[in-house]
Parts: sequence; C-alpha cells; structure tokens
Amino acid sequence: MQHPHFQNSSIAVSDSIFFQRSALTQISGGIIETMQNLTYWQKNLRLIAKCLVIWFVVSYGFGLLLVEPLNTIRMGGFKLGFWFAQQGSIYVFCALVFYYAWAMNKLDEEFDVKE
Amino acid sequence: MDLKTLTYIVVFGTFALYFGIAWWARAGTTSEFYAAGGGVGPIANGMAIGADWMSAASFISMAGLIAFLGYGGSVFLMGWTGGYVLLAMLLAPYLRKHGKFTVPEFIGDRYYSDTARIVAVVCLIIASLTYVIGQMKGVGVAFSRFLEVEYGVGLGIGMGVVWVYAVLGGMKGITYTQIAQYCVMIFAYTVPAVFISLHLTGNPIPQLGLGSTLADGSGVYFLDKLDQVVTDLGFKEYTTAVLGNDINMFAYTLSLMVGTAGLPHVIMRFFTVPSVKAARASAGYALVFIAMLYTVAPAVGAMARLNLMNTIEPAPGQNLSYEQRPQWFKDWEKTGLLVFEDKNNDGKIQYVADKSANEMVKVDRDIMVLANPAIAGLPNWVIALVAAGGLAAALSTAAGLLLAISSAISHDLMKGVLTPDLSEKNELMAGRIVMTISILFAGYLGLNPPGFAAGTVALAFGLAASSIFPAIMMGIFSRKISGKAAVWGMCAGIGVTMLYVFQHKGIMFIPGTSFLGGMDANWFLGISPNAFGIVGAIVNFATAFVVSKVTGPAPVEIQEMVDNFRAPGAAAAAHAH
Repeated sequence: MQHPHFQNSSIAVSDSIFFQRSALTQISGGIIETMQNLTYWQKNLRLIAKCLVIWFVVSYGFGLLLVEPLNTIRMGGFKLGFWFAQQGSIYVFCALVFYYAWAMNKLDEEFDVKE
Repeated sequence: MDLKTLTYIVVFGTFALYFGIAWWARAGTTSEFYAAGGGVGPIANGMAIGADWMSAASFISMAGLIAFLGYGGSVFLMGWTGGYVLLAMLLAPYLRKHGKFTVPEFIGDRYYSDTARIVAVVCLIIASLTYVIGQMKGVGVAFSRFLEVEYGVGLGIGMGVVWVYAVLGGMKGITYTQIAQYCVMIFAYTVPAVFISLHLTGNPIPQLGLGSTLADGSGVYFLDKLDQVVTDLGFKEYTTAVLGNDINMFAYTLSLMVGTAGLPHVIMRFFTVPSVKAARASAGYALVFIAMLYTVAPAVGAMARLNLMNTIEPAPGQNLSYEQRPQWFKDWEKTGLLVFEDKNNDGKIQYVADKSANEMVKVDRDIMVLANPAIAGLPNWVIALVAAGGLAAALSTAAGLLLAISSAISHDLMKGVLTPDLSEKNELMAGRIVMTISILFAGYLGLNPPGFAAGTVALAFGLAASSIFPAIMMGIFSRKISGKAAVWGMCAGIGVTMLYVFQHKGIMFIPGTSFLGGMDANWFLGISPNAFGIVGAIVNFATAFVVSKVTGPAPVEIQEMVDNFRAPGAAAAAHAH
C-alpha cells in the first residue's frame, strides 16, 4: 500500500482484489521501467558526450587547431600533428566506435533492455 | 600476355563473380528487396557498407588529391571517416530499433507527417542522384581508359552490370555483391601500395612506410625528403600546406563528417542487420574496413608525388629529357590528362611551382592512383587489378544509390503516400521498374553530363548534411520536436546550402549565372561552397528549434515512440510493419 492514490483509482473501476493487484503491479512496473529508461538514456548521453570529446580532440584538436605546436614533436618520420590528421585520428575513430558498442552492450545488460 | 587482354580477363572475371552472386541472392519479398530480409551479420554488413561508401572518388581521386594538397588533404581523410563515429552513436542504433526500410519512412513516422516524408524523399533524391552521376562517369572513364572502348559503350556495359544484380537481387543481391566488390577493391588498392612502399622505404606496410627512412641508405626520412623536394621547386611544404584557411579546413571536415552520417544509401544499410547490437557493431566493422583503405591513401598519395618528382628530376638540375620520357608518360599524354609544353625550348622537362616556368602544364589529379603502378614499374597484372578495383568501387556505390532512390519512390511515395493499398507483389514489381528507370536516367546523365557534374559529389554531401542528418538526429535526441519544425528545418537548411553553392558556382553550376562570383573574397568567413553543409545544418537546427517553440511539442504518443526506440528492448524485425 505504498501507492494509495493508484489503489483508490483502481478500486473505482473494479472491486476485485486480483484486478487491483495486477493493475498496481502494472502501474508501478511502468513507473520503474520509465525511471530505468531515463537513467539508461542519461548514461547513454554521458557516454556519447565522452566519446565525442575524444573524437573532437584527436581530429579537430590535434589534427587541425593544435597542429603547429604538435608538429614540433617528431614520431619517427612523422610530425605528430600531421600524423594525427592523416593516420592517428582514424585509428582513434575505429577504437571509439567499438568502445561505444561494448559499453552500450554492458549498459543493456545492466538495465535489462537487451533484445 | 599484353595488358589489354589481361585487363579484359580480370575485369570480366569479376563481373562473372558478381552475376553468380546476384543469381544466388535474388530477392523474393519486399523485405529482402529493401533490407535483405534483416538477416545480414555485422561483419558482412560492415564490408558492404565499406563498398557502398567508397566510391570512384575514394578509390581513384582521393589519393591524387592528397598527393597535390599534402596536409590540406587531411580534411577528406578525417571527414570521410569521422562521420562514422556520429553515425554509430547518434543515428544507427535507434533507426535499427525503429525497424523500417527507408530514411524517409523514419522521418515520416517520427514527424507524423506525409509532408515531412515527401520533403525527405526530395532531399534524398537530389543528394543521391547528384552522387550517382559521378559514379556513372567513373564507370565510363575506367572502361574507356583501360579497355579502350568508347566512353558511351563502357557506360552501357556498366549500366547493364548494375541492372542485373540490383534489379534481380535488390538489397539482398547488392549486399552480397558489395562484399565481393569490397574484397576486389581493397586488394587492388593495397597490392600496388605495398610494392611501392617496399621499393621506396623498405617497409611493406604503407602506413608505416610513410613514416620510415628511405631505402636508399641515406637515413633521410621519406616525408622530410618529400618536403625538401617540393619546397626546392617552390611548391608549398607537403606536411604543412593548408587548404584555404584554418576556418575553411575546420568547416570542410565538419561538413564531410555530418554529410557522411546523413547519406541515405549508407544509413539504409543499418536496416539490414538483425539487431540493435549488430547495428552498433557493424558501424565499427564498417569503419575498420574503410580505414584499411583510408590509412593507406595518404601513403599512396605522398609516395606517388615523390615518384613523379623523381622521375622528372632524378637529381637537382638534372631534368628528364622529353625524348626519354617513359611509356606511362606517353600513354597519359594521349588522354590529355598529362600535358607538357617546352616553354624554354631546352628539350627537358621542368616541373616547378612558378606558373610561367612550369612546363608540366597539366597533371590531372585523377591519374595518380591509376598511373601509380606504371610509374613505379609494377607488373601488368597489378595494373589490370587496379582497373577492376576502380570499377568495383564505382559499381558498388552506384548500386547502393540506385536502391536508395528506387526505394524512396516505390516504398515512400507510392506505397506510403499515393497508393497505400499496393500489394507486396506489386510493390516489389514497382521497385524493380523504378530501379530500371533510375539506371536509365543515371546513364543518360552520365552520357550527357549536365553543367553541374563536376561539383556534384560535394553538393551531395552538403545537401545530406544540411537536410537529412539534422532531421533524424533531432527526432531521436529531442522527444518534443514537432513535425512542422522538422519540415521547416529541412527546407531552410537545404535552401541556404543550395543558395550559397549556386551563388558562387552558378545556378545548377551553369557558368556565368553565379551572382556573387566564385572568388574567395566573397566567401562567408572564407568557407568554400564545398564546405558549407555544416552552416546549412546549423540553420536547420536553429529553424526547427524556433518553429517548435512557436508551434508546440509533438503529441504524447510520438514522445512515447521516441522513448521506445531509444532503448533496444525487443528490436522489431525489419519486416514487422
């Protein structure tokens, strides 16, 4: 009887104890599901934000905006900024997409929303 | 065996393979025709996306662009790969969960509006049709150069090949031929690159060869040598040359990324996988398969540039005599893509940055990949392989685009809006007829390229970035954005982009009709028309936001639908309508 409001409204439509209970379970189940989805979605958003920050830093940051200072650092025959623009950013993109897929699969398990 | 016979054998061998696959994978239902029955595994789908995505432009033109732009060419490398990060996180999983066949169908459902669906169909057709013309031209050019047939005949053969497997197999046939085409393409691209890298730097992995020392024992790094050679002749330093200005490079990269994520023929491929989980994974595999070509391309470009320079001027001041020019030089001169003019009448070739002294009057960028094996002195079978690879790239992309166009017409316009009681059998037949008409129309445009053919691929990205990507993304990330908002947003975004492109490049690219001129001085913040898609996308977002505030939020049942496709839950099968 944690939800007197719902209890009362279901009494109004039916006097069967059984119906009352199942309606209650359904409603509270629905509330819990919505709350879970909210946090699931928020966690997803946080994960996307994290990934896109890295996505931005390796390409627009290292490859374009900071290319000149980074070019003073050498990695073998590569100037580091040039390497990020033509090689490194692409490798990081690949890793990011797989990381996101892995982390989301884990999140699906955690919230029991997997297919 | 001479080169021509060898090329015929390799090219027609690959065609036979595609036909065999098409027969094996022919489509029997609309679900198979539009979405390959929703049963394509993530690795297979990744490969198919790779072939779908990498067009004649990626295979033939990109390395050549990088060879001459140097660091500035990075915008294409980052732009055309970084878009997959956006696609994987912002669009693909949710579209798969919603579980329909086409992009306009999703937009129509989410924005509860046939108007939105029709606007999306129009955006899709403009973007895809402009793109497909470029592929048809690529097919015609590859045939006429390698097999020495007329351009029109080559185009006709290409149309016939696409017709057989696209009309017969629909998405199912296209998917499995694209997997074969990816293998042909990547093999054809990597083999010459490995040979050239080994020859120049002693390292067989091109990605590492690019950063290695030269194989001549001098201990000089390859890129340092290239920088020195090009700057000695007055060109911009290879590893630092900027494309336009910094803002332009930034906007260009962002436009290509957002455009990539918004291209309907790529998005559509995510409807073919069995689950949300598979959609996420296949984006990763697709990017890896694409990266296998995209990380080799900068090595191919840089090495081709040095080889070209070294051929013309083996040591400073010792220029190649025109009489002793190699066979590949003569071959490409015949095509008019390589032009020499002896300005100082010394019989030797001077290739320098100064326009008045430069005697290499024309070096077409597109010849770099195609001529590369010959410049490096590789055997004939490698050259034949490159021809087959170029054709695979053009055909696979053309097929994907044609499917996107025909499904938008038969599924969204006919079944969705005009004649909803169309039976499945008739819809399938309509799909095939529309596909045939699209192929004929694309072939006609390839044969009689309109004035705007040159700028088409760039325009396609701008249009996708400014219309389709923002509409889908808002539909997922905002529960409340309304149908009216999406329609106004798409129209404003695509309108601003087209206006900017046309005002600088001419209405429909007809020379002389541009009213602000193509000159850089009039560019908004120095952004070139090709890089303007991102500005159009921002206009789209802003317009939709304002309209939504004024006209009120989407109905509650739509908000519930958004909640539903945000989490995998039980993913509806692609055929469940």
